[in-house]
Amino acid sequence: MSRRNPIVYLVALMLVGLMLGPVIYIILGGFRTNSQITVAPAGLPDPWVAGNYTEILSGGAFWRQVGNSTIAAVVTTVAVVTLGVMASYVLARYSFRGRGAMYALFAAGLMFPATVAITPLYLLVKNLGLVNTLPGVILPQIAFGLPTTIIILVPFLRAIPKEIEEAAAIDRCSRLGFFWRMVLPLSVPGLITTGILAFIGSWNSYLLPLFILNDQDSFTLPLGVQAFASQYSVDTAKVLAFTSLSMIPALVFFSLFERRIVGGLTGAVKG
Amino acid sequence: MQAPSPLRPRRRGIGWAQRLEIVALSGPAILVFVGFVILPVLMAAYYGFYKWKGFGKPTNFVGLDNYVTILQDTAFHEALWHNAEILVLSLVLQGPVAVGLALLLNRRMRGQSVIRVLIFVPYVISEVITGTAWALMLQTNGAINDVLRSIGLGGLAEDWLADPELAIWSLMIILTWKYVGFAVILFLAGMQNIPDELSEAAAVDGASFWQIQRHITLPLLGPTIRIWAFLSIIGSLQLFDLVYIIWGQYVASTAGTSTMATYMVVEGRNAANYGYGNAVAVVLFVISMVIALIYQRFVLRRDTEGALTGGQ
Repeated sequence: MSRRNPIVYLVALMLVGLMLGPVIYIILGGFRTNSQITVAPAGLPDPWVAGNYTEILSGGAFWRQVGNSTIAAVVTTVAVVTLGVMASYVLARYSFRGRGAMYALFAAGLMFPATVAITPLYLLVKNLGLVNTLPGVILPQIAFGLPTTIIILVPFLRAIPKEIEEAAAIDRCSRLGFFWRMVLPLSVPGLITTGILAFIGSWNSYLLPLFILNDQDSFTLPLGVQAFASQYSVDTAKVLAFTSLSMIPALVFFSLFERRIVGGLTGAVKG
Repeated sequence: MQAPSPLRPRRRGIGWAQRLEIVALSGPAILVFVGFVILPVLMAAYYGFYKWKGFGKPTNFVGLDNYVTILQDTAFHEALWHNAEILVLSLVLQGPVAVGLALLLNRRMRGQSVIRVLIFVPYVISEVITGTAWALMLQTNGAINDVLRSIGLGGLAEDWLADPELAIWSLMIILTWKYVGFAVILFLAGMQNIPDELSEAAAVDGASFWQIQRHITLPLLGPTIRIWAFLSIIGSLQLFDLVYIIWGQYVASTAGTSTMATYMVVEGRNAANYGYGNAVAVVLFVISMVIALIYQRFVLRRDTEGALTGGQ
């Protein structure tokens, strides 16, 4: 398998170029001026200008949106993983009437991203008085994050050997004690995978905030990027700088945990 | 997608303590899920029968009028057709590319882990960033046409976003760029479940690299591919973000990229016809569900054996 085939490396290199091209375009574009971009749309910065970046970083809007996005993503992630692992434990380790139906209920949610429910969801959030607030975004995000989380976690929890549970029972460990002391530590890889998916999903979420958050002060980053892009539509360089700054957090987060994602999905794909 | 041997807890009678545990552990998740997923879908079915601007209680009951209007509206027909195109093209374009990439990245090679991370970058970047960047690059005086001109292929420079013949293909390129990484992640995860012994044994018997992939890896990857195809189909039917971000609410239909979801938002919320928007949501829901059920019944059945339906 480990033949050193130069063609393989060439293909891999071209691929990386294709995947990164637009990203590099955004980052470099932010270091250019508008006249540079007009004269040579695909050129390199000459000279390099840092003004676009520093202006955005010294303004309040960008940081406020980073704050909103962070709060929404962290709360969503913690809640989805907590509620998800609790429900998954019941589905994986208890036998009771209605378990199949409960699993089917969550699994059906997998078929329907928020798109289908967005109009009534907006009305529901409006009736709850949560329009223009982060909880108005967070609560639906938790609900729509649960199916993926549960589908990934149930096989994970089920794979924990029965012997461990029996040994715990002999040691007079209750089921809840078993959950707390054994199941949670053993399922950390699965929790991290689902947590990353929930975090990135929330960080990038567009449709839900578009409906719920209409007030500039409550904007998350994706809305901020779009508002910025239409407000400064003639100032392409600044738009590119804003865009590239807004993708840093998700990229950092992902590169830290990339291995975990592939590892965690392995169990899920196997089912 | 075979379920691991089911570990059934002993079936003794369930005591009240256990019942309490079940309720306490699963209650919050069920509550949130029913409140914010199931309830809105049911509300959509209810509002869909009314002509309603979204204020107060809906009173103007119009029966099936909204649905008749939707099914007769050529703008909806076009959106539905675009969804169908996107669905088929996504499978045909992304599937083979992703399988090829996964095979490539599954080999031991120098820099493998770095390449894996880099390939997933587009998947991690938000739709808004993707849309903003590609919209700028694909303008008539944007970076793509500039590159084409500078390498002497100026004849290929086109109006990528506004030309109705081309726009759907531009969209497909962007979608492939954005989502192929996800398919590759899934396929790589699936390949890790294939025991190395199989390909080693085949290699000992003199099978070439391509023979091993063709006769061992691909068949064993079948279940993963079918699951991916399912997720891709659902995603294509509900596509909204990228189209709405790049083409906006006005030009998507003239550029030939409007989808059922953009139609729903434009005709429902933006036009403040909430009753009508909800009816579109119901149509979208029914179409997605019918296709999902057919797919599960005929394609996924042997893979999941209840994993998506029974939970055993």
